[in-house]
Amino acid sequence: MLVISQSDKRPIYLQIMEQIKRRIAVGDWAEGHPLPSIRQLAVDLQVSVITVKRAYLELEREGVIITQQGKGSRVTATAGIGLKLQHEELQKHLEQVARLSMLLGVKPRELESRLREVSDNITAKEKS
Amino acid sequence: MMDPVIRMEGVRKKYRYFALDNIALELQPGQIMGLIGPNGAGKSTTIRILMGLVHQDQGDVRVLGYRMPAEQIAAKWEIGFASEDMRLYGAMTVRWHMDFIRSIYPRWDEKYAQLLLKRFGLNPEQRIKGLSHGQRVKSTLLLVLARCPRLLVLDEPTTGLDPVARHEILRELSAVMKDEGRSILFSSHNTHDVEQISDQITFIDRGRIIDSMDKEAYLDRWRRLRLEVPLGVELPALPGIIDIRQDGRLAVATANEFVPDLANAYENTGARIQSIENMTLEEIFVANVEHSREEVGA
Repeated sequence: MLVISQSDKRPIYLQIMEQIKRRIAVGDWAEGHPLPSIRQLAVDLQVSVITVKRAYLELEREGVIITQQGKGSRVTATAGIGLKLQHEELQKHLEQVARLSMLLGVKPRELESRLREVSDNITAKEKS
Repeated sequence: MMDPVIRMEGVRKKYRYFALDNIALELQPGQIMGLIGPNGAGKSTTIRILMGLVHQDQGDVRVLGYRMPAEQIAAKWEIGFASEDMRLYGAMTVRWHMDFIRSIYPRWDEKYAQLLLKRFGLNPEQRIKGLSHGQRVKSTLLLVLARCPRLLVLDEPTTGLDPVARHEILRELSAVMKDEGRSILFSSHNTHDVEQISDQITFIDRGRIIDSMDKEAYLDRWRRLRLEVPLGVELPALPGIIDIRQDGRLAVATANEFVPDLANAYENTGARIQSIENMTLEEIFVANVEHSREEVGA
């Protein structure tokens, strides 16, 4: 079940990729889990076949899924793919934080202590 | 506060297979109201009642202060009305129609009419029967716009037009609003048009008004929440949420009365909010119609 957003300005194939990755990252789709066929997903989302195909091709290029002629697509058998995707997501956020810090002139050392502070706050909140 | 240019209260009209039920709406001067709803929802009937073309069984209708349908003759001097089924004379030219309307309405602005001819790419010497659908629509709109009426009432002004023609029409309608004493009510099932130029949105389905309010406030009430849900937890149906689709550990909830507390309430069930998205009017349109039909069916 994927839901495409019209207010999201990114191309639809990127939204499809992101949502499939999310499904794998949370563990709903484990290693080797079959993906819906390209045609089926195109019908479900009311988008063109070529758009879904593009998403699947890119996912394959990134090593997230494998497509076999006549057998359809599956989540890659690589162990820990879900965890790997979660770390990729984290990496993306970290890069954004680093870039923003440089822009604001926040030194790595200060960034480190502020991150620790944020972490501590969240841990404290969850305990209470 | 100025008097509203349109006020409908408790308006009912019963047909054999369709009824308008308790229609109430108000349009303030200087504003554009977009009337949206699916086919057969009652948009055109509402507009016809406003214009005095159809008489309501019950209820009070005032347009520019005139009681409708009783005072429709006086009202029509100040209203520019255009709809799909208005016929121009096929054997006559665009120019002939312009001269005809000009001879009737003293506020006709010939300079503006000339400008519109150019902007709409119309040849005044061409006969109506030789015009394409889009050119006919543009001719009809030119004839009402150049009269400079205080109120424009347009039934589906952009239906059947190509994107360039639609864009031209929307630009002219927006330009009318430079004069804060003028107002527009138009119906459309093109949600993009309504989202782009309206100040007010009135949403009709099956003869009832579902919502009628300020566009920005309306769009702001709707949100799509993407959530990560722990295994075994089922998201509760909270007030303000009209749809939840949960599949495995991921869920999508649609809110028609979003408040930040909704997100907090879900987080308290152990769910994690991945994103809270705004929705386009088209997405709201579909969600709203589906929801209202479920309620009626229940």
